[in-house]
Amino acid sequence: MRLISLALALFLFWLALSGHYTPMLMAAGAVSAVVCVLAAVRMGIADPEGHPVHLLGRFVTYFPWILREIAKSAWAVTKIIIDPALPISPTMTRVRASQKTSLGIVTYANSITLTPGTITTGVKGDVLTVHAVVREGALDLESGGMDARVTRFEGRV
Amino acid sequence: MIDILLIGLSWALILAGGFFTIVGAIGLVRMPDVYTRMHAASVTDTLGAGLLLLGFMLQAGPSLVLLKLVFLFVLFFFVSPVATHAVANAALHYGIKPQLAEDRRGRLDADTREPAAIEEELRIEAAQ
Amino acid sequence: MFAAAVLSILVALVLVVFRALKGPTLFDRVLAGNSIGTLAILLLAAVGFLTGRPEWLDIGITYGLLNLISTLAILKFFRHGDLAHDGEEKTP
Repeated sequence: MRLISLALALFLFWLALSGHYTPMLMAAGAVSAVVCVLAAVRMGIADPEGHPVHLLGRFVTYFPWILREIAKSAWAVTKIIIDPALPISPTMTRVRASQKTSLGIVTYANSITLTPGTITTGVKGDVLTVHAVVREGALDLESGGMDARVTRFEGRV
Repeated sequence: MIDILLIGLSWALILAGGFFTIVGAIGLVRMPDVYTRMHAASVTDTLGAGLLLLGFMLQAGPSLVLLKLVFLFVLFFFVSPVATHAVANAALHYGIKPQLAEDRRGRLDADTREPAAIEEELRIEAAQ
Repeated sequence: MFAAAVLSILVALVLVVFRALKGPTLFDRVLAGNSIGTLAILLLAAVGFLTGRPEWLDIGITYGLLNLISTLAILKFFRHGDLAHDGEEKTP
């Protein structure tokens, strides 16, 4: 089932990039999609971690939320940059990730890095080391709002 | 009518995207050390690029070009945090010390309680 | 209007190239190089629209993928001195 969805996604990608819909080119696309899926199976990356299609439903609600977070924190960093006094207070901290799978922890770490103002600099087990450009950003992460949101995105394992 | 509205919106998005792109670049020059510069660069990577691409999407209309712009948007969404994290991790590993106003990296070391108890405390803090 | 987008990207590029030349550390330059890649993709898209040839977006997508790989390759090379390293850290 997962393999079929992977092949379908690859085939749609081919169609989008080619823009020609002659039988010859569509057949070539189908063949290369199947070859890629076989290669992925052989490499052992066609598992729930490599093609997390089961998260697609919850991703639809998570995506707008993370976009709004990005816009909010990017605006905060913009205000710091255009302030002549450059009011930064760089802080490093550690936060614990409550996700159960490594995929969930990676989602959390990437979400932290994606929002401007906070960067994940290291991951060890379920403890993330974070660099924040202002102290408030670090305290905000320690309060765990984003952590809980990502855990809900990860769902039952 | 709706056309004029869409074109106006896309111009606004493109102008805002250009603004944030320049702001990110200014930050890259102004910030004092590597780690703080990364925050500035991520403004360009996320909001600058995102708004510019959204503006282009509205200009493109429903076509193959729109689909390719969506691919670029998703590509930025997944790739830019990976690159930023790699640079930050490598710089720390290399031994470049960040200039810090406050170092709270030791804050989990003293916690010998069960993770559940810590989570409970975090939840109470979040609720306040 | 696309001219405004191109202009702002070019201004940003000048600033980022300044950072890449000034350094001072390797990681500043890698970071600036990564930003130059991002701006180049946006520039490709904007110029494509400006000249009425949005087909250049394909090049942009390819460039985006190459940008990540080149950044990771440079970092890996300076960490291990070898691109074929298996990535396992030796704990002292």
